[in-house]
Amino acid sequence: MTVFIIRRLMQTAVVLAVMSLLVFVGVFAIGDPTAILVSPDSDQIERDRAIAALGLDKPLWEQYLYFLYGAFRGDLGKSFVFNMPALQLIMQRLPATLELAFAALVIALVAGIPLGMYAGYRPESPVSKTIMAGSILGFSLPTFWVGLMMIMVFAVQLGWLPSTGRGQVGTIFGITTSLVTLDGLAHVLLPAVNLALLKLSLVCRLARAGMRENLLMDYVKFARAKGLSARRVVLVHVFKNILIPLVTVTGLELGNLIAFSVVTETVFAWPGMGKLIIDSINNLDRPVIVAYLLVTVSMFVFINLAVDILYSILDPRVRLAEAKG
Amino acid sequence: MPDPTLRVENLVTAFHTRNGTLRAVDGVSFEVGRGKVLGLVGESGSGKSVTGFSIMGLVDPPGRIDGGRILFQGRDLVGLPEEEMRALRGSRIAMIFQDPMMTLNPVLRIDTQMIEAVKAHHPAIGDDEARSRARDALAQVGIPSPEARLKAYPHQFSGGMRQRVAIATALLNKPDLIIADEPTTALDVTIQGQILFEVQKLCRQTGTALIWITHDLSVVASLADEICVMYAGKIVEQGSVDDVLDRPTHPYTHGLLRSVPSANPRGQPLRQIPGMTPSLLSLPSGCAFRLRCERATGECVQVPEMTAPMAGRRVRCFHPLLSTVPV
Repeated sequence: MTVFIIRRLMQTAVVLAVMSLLVFVGVFAIGDPTAILVSPDSDQIERDRAIAALGLDKPLWEQYLYFLYGAFRGDLGKSFVFNMPALQLIMQRLPATLELAFAALVIALVAGIPLGMYAGYRPESPVSKTIMAGSILGFSLPTFWVGLMMIMVFAVQLGWLPSTGRGQVGTIFGITTSLVTLDGLAHVLLPAVNLALLKLSLVCRLARAGMRENLLMDYVKFARAKGLSARRVVLVHVFKNILIPLVTVTGLELGNLIAFSVVTETVFAWPGMGKLIIDSINNLDRPVIVAYLLVTVSMFVFINLAVDILYSILDPRVRLAEAKG
Repeated sequence: MPDPTLRVENLVTAFHTRNGTLRAVDGVSFEVGRGKVLGLVGESGSGKSVTGFSIMGLVDPPGRIDGGRILFQGRDLVGLPEEEMRALRGSRIAMIFQDPMMTLNPVLRIDTQMIEAVKAHHPAIGDDEARSRARDALAQVGIPSPEARLKAYPHQFSGGMRQRVAIATALLNKPDLIIADEPTTALDVTIQGQILFEVQKLCRQTGTALIWITHDLSVVASLADEICVMYAGKIVEQGSVDDVLDRPTHPYTHGLLRSVPSANPRGQPLRQIPGMTPSLLSLPSGCAFRLRCERATGECVQVPEMTAPMAGRRVRCFHPLLSTVPV
């Protein structure tokens, strides 16, 4: 296990280095941030001074080495726009995004698994067919449109829920989050449901497929032959087997939820990382873009690691390989 | 005369599919008494497994029992409410399946899977008591260090050991009837021999009735008291095992016995029954075997009835082999 984790961390370091290099070159190729940052009517001297202050006068490879040197000391550079450390900027926005992603994930799992399992257990019933039809909508309707519709119905016409921003925050276990106050919950509900919709459909379909597949297995028939109730067969025997693929996909999708909550955050003016990255790309704010991607990739790696470990707990046949990779 | 453990009368189990109705079991009757072993023999698709599942009440849609009676200790199981059927399953009637690699849930430990089988029928029994029953059952089927093995997962067992675990699970509640659906087919011959020996011993000791479903005549010869030969959903020949195997009267039974390679003279081409098992969707009219039968005549387009050509023997054929030399 320890060897497994150490090897994984080393792989992570390589991935991060390669990715930062790609982003560095990529952003350099897109355009010159000084054209945006320095006001157009400033003269050449002023312009040169600004370029030198941002370190953009040096050749790209030197800039990259300078960045690496800083990164090893935990400094990912200063934002060109906000003039504050990029990492700090991201960390300020991270909790909002994390809590939105977390809320969306909980909604997707809590609603998706039972719905999917029911649809798989009674595939012919009208309720199941409705669920499956609904999941197709969940897949195919664009997130931003659903978000706008939700705002129109629940915020504008019915006036039940607020449409923008993050509500009041409270503190629990030293974590500041809006999930512990009523106002905060009211604010997070719409964006979380919006973000969850796609994942909910995915979880639902996976659970249904798993259910149908597992119900045909001999072990289910044997469990029934033992005289177990249908309830125990489904909720213990089948459920534990369905969880294995669900955990894998959930892990991957959690990363996606965090990284690509951009659309939902924009629609609901949610002050998270997604909105920050969009603004930064517009401004060619390279340190923030690089730092954002580093943080996101690290998160992906961490989630995948957690999934692998969880996998070995759920499925006794999987043992994390100590010897071979 | 007391009721036999199980009496099946005219059982019809059909699958209602889009392409038509398949009568997988078509008017099957037999009985098994206490401590007796009935061998249910036939090729794949002859309806022998479906007969077993019908008795367990585990025929899944589109399959359905369409007629007949299944009298278990005098009580008809056909149409029994699901909850009453569940209470019998695994408690009074147990079943062992063909593929031991598939019958145990891969993600649950052996103790979980055995204890739940006890508690499903005896909710009052505590975990410790249920666990000790499980341990005893494992010891009974010859699993070494059962206490330690209880904590293992199925993948840590070999095929033979898994089948022993499945058999131990079936024995947990001391059933009166065990239906074994080809339980040794997937195992090595030596393991098969051991398991047959154990099962036979258990039935003799506890008076459990046993239905052994198989396509392997040698297994039946060493294990069963009575034998039913099934073909295309019908029993074609029925009698005591020695009689039927020594002097088969139905041409199909005769053909089956002649197909066993060891019965053939060395160096000769192996004998076989000509043709293929017919699909249940397109059975020939009359006797289902007539197209493959060398004794068939015009009369065979009628459905033959069960007749008793000699004492203790029933056969479904117009032209039984009554005076033939043994195979």
